[in-house]
Amino acid sequence: MSTKTLTPQQIYRKKADGLPINPGDETLVQRHIISVLLENQSGSLNRVLNMFAARGFNLESVAVGETEDPSVSRLTLATSGNTKVIRQILRQLNRLVETLEVTDLNDADYVEREICLIRVRALAHQRSELRDTLEMFEGKVVDITPETLMFEVTGPTKKIKALIHVLGSYGVLDVARSGRVALARPLIHGD
Amino acid sequence: MTTQNIPDTAGDAIPDEMVTVQPPMVTGSEILIRTLEYEGVEVIFGHPGGAIITLYDELSRIQPSFKHILVRHEQGGTHAAEGYAKATGKVGVMLATSGPGATNTVTGIADAYMDSVPIVVITGQVPTHLIGNDAFQEADIVGITRTITKHNYLVRDVRDLSRVVREAFHIAQSGRPGPVLVDIPKDVLLAKAPLQIPERIEIRGYHVPMQPSKAKVQQAADMIMAASKPLLYVGGGCLFSGAAEELAELARKTQIPVTTTLHGIGAFPVTDELSLHMLGMHGTWYANQAVQHADLLIAVGARFDDRVTGKLESWAPHAKIIHMDIDPSCISKNVYVDCAVVGDVKMVLQELLPLVGKKDTSAWLGQITQWKQECPLDYDQDGLLRPQYILDLLWEKTKGDAVVITDVGQNQMWGAQFFKYVYPRTHITSGGLGTMGFSLPAAMGASFGQRTRPVVSINGDGGFLMNAQELGVISQYNLPVKIIIFNNNFLGMVRQWQELFHESRYSHTDLSGSNPDYVKLAEAFRIKGLYCENVADVQKTLDEAFAHDGPVLMEFKVVKEEMVFPMVPSGASTDEMITKRMTPDSFV
Ligand SMILES: Cc1ncc(C[n+]2csc(CCOP(=O)(O)OP(=O)(O)O)c2C)c(N)n1
Repeated sequence: MSTKTLTPQQIYRKKADGLPINPGDETLVQRHIISVLLENQSGSLNRVLNMFAARGFNLESVAVGETEDPSVSRLTLATSGNTKVIRQILRQLNRLVETLEVTDLNDADYVEREICLIRVRALAHQRSELRDTLEMFEGKVVDITPETLMFEVTGPTKKIKALIHVLGSYGVLDVARSGRVALARPLIHGD
Repeated sequence: MTTQNIPDTAGDAIPDEMVTVQPPMVTGSEILIRTLEYEGVEVIFGHPGGAIITLYDELSRIQPSFKHILVRHEQGGTHAAEGYAKATGKVGVMLATSGPGATNTVTGIADAYMDSVPIVVITGQVPTHLIGNDAFQEADIVGITRTITKHNYLVRDVRDLSRVVREAFHIAQSGRPGPVLVDIPKDVLLAKAPLQIPERIEIRGYHVPMQPSKAKVQQAADMIMAASKPLLYVGGGCLFSGAAEELAELARKTQIPVTTTLHGIGAFPVTDELSLHMLGMHGTWYANQAVQHADLLIAVGARFDDRVTGKLESWAPHAKIIHMDIDPSCISKNVYVDCAVVGDVKMVLQELLPLVGKKDTSAWLGQITQWKQECPLDYDQDGLLRPQYILDLLWEKTKGDAVVITDVGQNQMWGAQFFKYVYPRTHITSGGLGTMGFSLPAAMGASFGQRTRPVVSINGDGGFLMNAQELGVISQYNLPVKIIIFNNNFLGMVRQWQELFHESRYSHTDLSGSNPDYVKLAEAFRIKGLYCENVADVQKTLDEAFAHDGPVLMEFKVVKEEMVFPMVPSGASTDEMITKRMTPDSFV
């Protein structure tokens, strides 16, 4: 959960009234995962991305795909900003005619996954070690050449970053990441 | 679905019971025209070209119930649609061809987006199979205008056309209004489909908040009743929702003074005792004083624009803020708001009125009266011809019963400060985008929209030339637009900044060697031209212009050094307002 940040005007007023400025009052940037249900039409995705660019909002990853209803797609956006920026992002998203539902997943408990393909240099004597590493990350080998292996791994972004880091010493040749997808966990009664 | 009644041209009457109602197959062009008629459109502005030539053919064949006005430049046409919309409250419509026709509308669309003006722009596009091929006169206008429209469409199937056009009108005029663009490829205009105009439209992702939360309204009422130095800060949103009456009732009932933004002008009579006129960069000193001392600001359909607040940190330092707006994305965007009431401003005020009562604000109003006397809006009366004097006489002549459309620059600020607006929709300007060349075409649009009030277009000599070609339309229709040019032979507002902030280096702002003879320019379009360079002749010039039946262009040769004051320098705090030109004496 992000702490509430104050606007410059509020901070100014606090100072004027001689009140202390707490660290949390100043801008605190946090990562947010935002899930958007979108009309599945040509141009809708563009409109969302253009809005981010035109208003200078930060965009770390985007994943999009059809939902159970083919006329609707789900967009998972990873962005970051302070409370005020995130609130603006949510409102500007809501303002678009093609958005059907906008949810800030940070407000709830959610499951986050990313899929990643990694091609790594793998000489014969390194292969068993590599396989052990891969096993720890619950990955699969999906392609083999005499010098390289291609891995597929799924999981939270943190795990994927960790694997890429570990493989660094072997020589990572190519990486393709899907960007995060995420869904909120339903509230269990009593939560 | 409804089916339009098409006259039976075959002649022989067929007994009713034998007819199974089959909607006739018509072209996309006809579907478009019929849908515009269905929307109650009275006038559209347009300019033909290859991609829409078949549409123009249908226009001449069908003779629709609306008028088509051939503009001389698509930018002019788009501003005309804006002027029409602002003067009437209805949706303005502009029609342009593909490519250059479409790109010429971009400035007008951006202008309408910034100022929340309901317009629908219809553009032709190259045939569907050529899209993306860099075809002749192709431009991706939907891509270009994506971030400057409230929404836009590319119609790929003629069967969607009527629905899309109806959606466009709905989106343009509901909620916070704005421009919507509909791009129609040539083959879609030619294709045939049954003429079916959807009666109801539902857009599942589009919701307009209307009814405010009762609890929030109550909270606002409590804050209003508790405040001792309250101030109403009114923006354009108050006018869009038609809430001027409710606003006046609130102000008078609670005895709370009112200041407006540039776009809020007209929402409350400037002649009223409770009016503080405009606030912000070139607002009155006393309105800005009131903001800095108020303990409660009640923002009504305003958005805390940087031209209003100056340096945010020190703006309204003592005030709690109530913000009423239909657009949630406006709330707490720039300032922290203590009580946000999301909803249609008219409804919010209607709900609020019974919850508030008479307040004793006499001490606060007394303080304000003192400020008004301390630093009123004024100008030198030294016998030289100054724009402010002309505006004073213009006001005397019309008593506020005129639609005044200003351009951008000094003329815009004087036009806001010195004409005393009394009625809603009598002040029209390009506030958000600040588009030079706006006034003349917007005045032409306003004149097509309404004839009950005279239409006055106020211009600088620079901006006037940016859309002067529309004199052609004004002349063709003998529109009774009274055009005023304050000729200071300078790009005046830039000159002012150069004098104040760039040590009087007048880089590329002097027009004296190159300006045309504006009277002759008018006459070239067969428009009456009047020239005036003396204080003594101003009255006569205005009288002659208003007595004339058709359009008149008045060129006033005004003092070139005149400045707009008071002024909060860009980025400065509202407390640092400059109230008059710094002369060597000021430093003593
Ligand atoms: C299309 C456009 N270009 C440039 C500007 C920047 N600008 C703002 S005011 C101004 C000067 C306007 O001069 P003029 O039309 O003579 O009016 P005045 O200020 O003298 O009343 C300029 C160049 C603008 N607002 N719009």
